[in-house]
Amino acid sequence: MLRFLLGRLGLLIPTFIGVTLVSFLFIRMLPGDPAELLAGERGISPERRAEVLRQLGFDKPYWQQYLDYILGIFQGDLGISFVSKKPVLDEFMTLFPATAELALCAIIIAVCVGIPAGIFAAVKRGSIADQAIMGTALVGYSMPIFWWGLLLIIFFSGILGWTPVSGRISLMFFFPQVTGFMLIDSLLSGEKGAFLSAVRHLILPSIVLATIPLAVIARQTRSAMLEVLGEDYVRTARAKGLPPRAVIGLHALRNALIPVVTTIGLQVGVLLAGAILTETIFSWPGVGKWLVDSISRRDYLVVQGGLLLIAGIIMLVNLIVDVLYGLINPRIRHH
Amino acid sequence: MNFQKSLKATLLGASLAVIAASGASAKTLVYCSEGSPEGFDTALYTAGTTFDASSKPLYNRLVEFKRGTTEVIPGLAESWEVSEDGLEYTFNLRKGVKFHTTSFFTPTREFNADDVIFSFERQLKKDNPWHEYTPGTAWEYFNGMSMPDLIKEIVKVDDHTVKFVLNRPEAPMVANLAMDFASIVSAEYAAQLEAAGTKEQMNQQPVGTGPFSFVGYQKDAVIRYAAHPDYWNGKEKIDNLIFAITPDAAVRLQKLKAGECHVMPYPAPADIADIRDDGNLTLMEQQGLNVGYLAYNTKVAPFDKKEVRKALNHAINKQAILDAVFQGSGQAAKNPIPPTMWSYNEAIEDDDYNPELAKEMLAGAGVSDLSMKIWAMPVQRPYNPNARRMAEVIQADFANVGVNVEIVSYEWGEYLSRSKDEARDGAVLLGWTGDNGDPDNFLAVLLGCDGVGGSNRAQWCNDDFEALIQKAKTVTDKGERTKLYEQAQAVFKEEAPWATIAHSVVFMPMSSKVTGYVMDPLGGHWFDGVDIAE
Repeated sequence: MLRFLLGRLGLLIPTFIGVTLVSFLFIRMLPGDPAELLAGERGISPERRAEVLRQLGFDKPYWQQYLDYILGIFQGDLGISFVSKKPVLDEFMTLFPATAELALCAIIIAVCVGIPAGIFAAVKRGSIADQAIMGTALVGYSMPIFWWGLLLIIFFSGILGWTPVSGRISLMFFFPQVTGFMLIDSLLSGEKGAFLSAVRHLILPSIVLATIPLAVIARQTRSAMLEVLGEDYVRTARAKGLPPRAVIGLHALRNALIPVVTTIGLQVGVLLAGAILTETIFSWPGVGKWLVDSISRRDYLVVQGGLLLIAGIIMLVNLIVDVLYGLINPRIRHH
Repeated sequence: MNFQKSLKATLLGASLAVIAASGASAKTLVYCSEGSPEGFDTALYTAGTTFDASSKPLYNRLVEFKRGTTEVIPGLAESWEVSEDGLEYTFNLRKGVKFHTTSFFTPTREFNADDVIFSFERQLKKDNPWHEYTPGTAWEYFNGMSMPDLIKEIVKVDDHTVKFVLNRPEAPMVANLAMDFASIVSAEYAAQLEAAGTKEQMNQQPVGTGPFSFVGYQKDAVIRYAAHPDYWNGKEKIDNLIFAITPDAAVRLQKLKAGECHVMPYPAPADIADIRDDGNLTLMEQQGLNVGYLAYNTKVAPFDKKEVRKALNHAINKQAILDAVFQGSGQAAKNPIPPTMWSYNEAIEDDDYNPELAKEMLAGAGVSDLSMKIWAMPVQRPYNPNARRMAEVIQADFANVGVNVEIVSYEWGEYLSRSKDEARDGAVLLGWTGDNGDPDNFLAVLLGCDGVGGSNRAQWCNDDFEALIQKAKTVTDKGERTKLYEQAQAVFKEEAPWATIAHSVVFMPMSSKVTGYVMDPLGGHWFDGVDIAE
């Protein structure tokens, strides 16, 4: 197991170099620079522009900027946002819990609904129920997130008035941010009704964000189950006279879950991408919107720092998935 | 981490302040703002969204724009005198003005001349310890308005008198001082931050003299303010002001309808009819102080000939553009300044839509088989909600007169920078929103000779026009300036460096419970004087 872990960790080094290089170069390759965008229609003289770029350190040669960036990372310093003038790391730490909370709720919904739906569809293969579930999954997978989110808001918040339109908690509540996770902070605050308000605000955005992963997980579970159900050991288990529930739960599901766990791990990246749109629709103060805003403002240090942090989190999640995978499937560990 | 400590302290103090203010009768107004402020030290930024959240609720200026107008009235200065030669502006400061007392700052003195000197010198003087207090401190508006060239020195005459000495006469000077970048910050607070080694807090925990004090900001989510109890102009009727940051226009409207906010800016044009029909909402509207235009490059043939430019202007069907692009929320433009601005020349006749005449004029100028580029902006602006669509309408109009148009576009930063090029190929769609209500802010910036290769996208430098606007800068009598600007507009129309397209109408939906809201012609959003019915 230790060798397996070390091997995985070793892979992080080239990934780190790749991510830092790509994020560093990518934002600088985009046309337009921060000074130009800050001035807008008003324009900026070449002398002023040079002065602003000098202050920001963007007049140095690329290799030196990159070196400064890498040295900064090892000192835990990702630089300061050109726009807000705050450290990139602090901004990330303020915003990331909101994204993480939303993504966690979404993945829980996707797993809790997607896996049973996939099992059910596999067991009832070819039935109307199977077709209905797979059809819905296909629709869910192809749904434009923006449109879907707005539709839910108009129906559930506008017409029915069941859920709040947007935000993380009612504006009535105002308490210090301790963990950044609103569900936890609202409980810690001890204010009556705060937790319920936070839950109500989470419902629609989590559903919207869960839609695509849910569809993918349901489809993946179904096909993995179908494959396993055709295996010899399942037939043997059936022949031994085990009840269907035990065959599916004990023998089939455990093996079918192996590829599903990988899929769930891969969905984390999808969730973070989906979060950009979901956060915009639901006015959710997370890292997705923050990064997009920073790209359009050419806030170089935020883009490169933010991408690095997000990539780091995705790598971490994938590492955890790999370890889980090894636990579920001993063959991987031994190879 | 220092940040977390300070955040906790702020939020804790803030929540106490809110609890203290939220008695049984506390009134809270929620504004669904369209975006997050970049920071709270106004002079560092140029975006309207940032001004709405910083300079307008938190600060005052020496002079202010009267609510709903561009008329300049006393602010932190009770009165001012201008010397004969127009080089010295002396401001008599208001006494008894108190800065905000917050969880992070308790003022020990009232507002005085030191605050004024500090607020401007940090922007003006390179050796001021605050000149580069955070990375990339550009003071962009101060520089953009040419203040460093204009201001020679700022002199403290006594504790309540300040004198601005200029290098040359500049008639719009007083109006400039009503702009957001001229907000007065507390020198005492700055000294305290400097001593504590936390200068950057100036941009995160602001202190001003304005109608509301800063309570807290949760990034990208909520900004909270409380009415300033000792405000020099009287305490506000609402106790708390909250900005709920809501970037999507459709979602803002849903929030307004659901009662989650009371006022929202920038509704989607498609929603206007629906808002009008809603009995619970009020829709205010006002002509924006802006202009959208198509700037020819007057340095490149055949657009160097005024006959060609005139001919193309006659080929444009402005009504079709108003219908297709503005959906009724626009007004055809004939002058480079909007009709709500003083000195607007009513007598000017617009180039009417006349494709036949256009063809004749093009033939007369010896132009046939003309191919040209039209640049369409990649972003939405009040003066041009959909530049791509506008370019397509003009493309069709020009095709009618035998001119072939290719539409091009670039990423916004690139667009702004490339369109300045004097050798630029093609006519550029762009626009302008006024800063200070002075015609100089349109005519000199956008059409003056100094702007060639910069903000003058037509690359147009006309001696007659230039002489008129330069003279108007030095004259302080408004009647005389009006005459000069009227003449300048006549020269402009005759020479046609632009096709003037439209001035937009700005809409502001709000709950019918809201009273006392006044729309700002300069496009800002102000909540002083606003009340909500219970």
